Amino acid sequence: MADVPNNAPIECPGTQSDQAGKVSACNGCANQKLCSSGVKLPPDPAIEEIKRRLESVKHKLLILSGKGGVGKSSFTAHLARGLATNEDEDIAILDVDLCGPSIPRIMGVEGHQVFQSMSGWSPVFIEDNLSIMSIGFLLSSPADAVIWRGPKKNGLIKQFLRDVDWGELDYLLVDTPPGTSDEHISIAQYLKGAGIDGAIIITTPQEVALLDVRKEINFCKKVGIPVLGVVENMSGFICPKCKMESQIFPPTTGGGQQMAKDMEVPFIGKIPLDPRIGQCCDEGRSYFSEVPDSPATKAYQSIIEEIRKFCSDKPTNHVVDEKDE
Amino acid sequence: MAAEKAGGGIKSVVLVLSGKGGVGKSTVASQIALELANTGKKVGILDVDLCGPSIPRILGLQDHDVHQCSGGWIPVYADKNENLAVMSIGFLLKSNRDAVVWRGPKKNAMIKQFLSDVVWGDLDYLIIDTPPGTSDEHITVAENIRNLNVTGAVMVTTPQAVALGDVRREITFCKKVGIPVIGIVENMSGYACPHCSECTNIFSKGGGETLANLTQVPFLGCLPLDPKLTMSIEDGKSFTELYSESATASAIKDIIRPLMAS
Repeated sequence: MADVPNNAPIECPGTQSDQAGKVSACNGCANQKLCSSGVKLPPDPAIEEIKRRLESVKHKLLILSGKGGVGKSSFTAHLARGLATNEDEDIAILDVDLCGPSIPRIMGVEGHQVFQSMSGWSPVFIEDNLSIMSIGFLLSSPADAVIWRGPKKNGLIKQFLRDVDWGELDYLLVDTPPGTSDEHISIAQYLKGAGIDGAIIITTPQEVALLDVRKEINFCKKVGIPVLGVVENMSGFICPKCKMESQIFPPTTGGGQQMAKDMEVPFIGKIPLDPRIGQCCDEGRSYFSEVPDSPATKAYQSIIEEIRKFCSDKPTNHVVDEKDE
Repeated sequence: MAAEKAGGGIKSVVLVLSGKGGVGKSTVASQIALELANTGKKVGILDVDLCGPSIPRILGLQDHDVHQCSGGWIPVYADKNENLAVMSIGFLLKSNRDAVVWRGPKKNAMIKQFLSDVVWGDLDYLIIDTPPGTSDEHITVAENIRNLNVTGAVMVTTPQAVALGDVRREITFCKKVGIPVIGIVENMSGYACPHCSECTNIFSKGGGETLANLTQVPFLGCLPLDPKLTMSIEDGKSFTELYSESATASAIKDIIRPLMAS
């Protein structure tokens, strides 16, 4: 539906609908009075513009969690690096975590700037075939806080989707903040025309994380985003001294694998805790280059293969459909 | 204004903030609340993480409901003596799989209700647990606690640089809205292998203290990755009661010392 305004709730019936302004979801929406008066708000042109801009992108993947600190950004960064080892493929990361943009640091390009041209904003290139856009590049100091309410965040996300000149891409990876709020609703709404191939859901094994991740999976089902699979991160720690394994975040309720089974979504792998992953993220280096033979690298490679397979089995430009409740 | 209207005075409001997700805000908030209640104080804990409300589970209250009285909403009590009162959207959801998929204005309205309509009674401390970021929830809380006795914010971080960056931004937020920073807690600071006791700095080390020096705020201490604390959180049990003699419990007591003094 191109007629869901960018400040509308997720259950918006659409401004062109006969139910516009009249269903319970409309309560509290800024457009309710206008919609229920019978005035038809024009559809948001941005959705069509974004669809046109992203026509040159073969596969769009979201990396979501619901829970903070499970490793969404570090996973996104390593997925991008892993996909980019194929030099014939072009990969990009769009970082829509506006309050806590980690991707520039993790990719080793903190402090870089973006430029605007006639064709739009130029992303920052890490390699010839790997580029990034993040609000991090627009902040003048590491202490600068982005203290914005939802509508302003939505405006920037729209600009990122519409105005970044990615060129031809095989994969666009969208890194998100935790939660199920403005950023997530906006991404789902703005990409309605362009389509989302799937969402990769990151969790850690413990129930306190799974509680939030189940909600995220339900969010995906509600807005019609296919769940490509669940990845369990920080899954077990091997002591460097005695080599025994311990569970720092214990899977007391069966961990990500059981949760994926209960939620009827695929489970695509576990990544163990390796302190060197965090160090590489802090220093902007590739963990795969530093530690090519570790259990974590092998786990990543297997998961990346699953993701490639999912994308190659899909037709490109999958359109998001809203499921009926 | 807000909470005073709902009956009773709140002597001290303490926010638990981070900027970064997953560093242990809810863990630290709940442990601060439990330990203060253990010392005989009347404590309230308000969970304004609407998308990911962890507090009910952490305190073993996940199946509880909220009831209303003529004065407003009655909080859920974590103990028989009613020393620890709890409010969270988690109590209002029919199922814990239900996602709260709300834009900012709806979240703001809920938070204002939480601050004005909960019948806390007289409290020595109101601890406010927040989601990560510097957005609607944080702005709304800051605006609506202006007329309360705000002691300040406890900042939680993990040691690594990726976390510190976000926490630095959160400190900027506090300065902008006039919330004093009580200090920084470095959580997940080292892990002792349960098999051989070798300590590994899984998420690096020392970053919290460095950030405290850089931003000129007090450093309140380190909490290690303690499996007993993690399991207590998973099981909804009170860690400081079960393991009161442990080094981690001692570290928690150090963190609340400046709160007791104020």
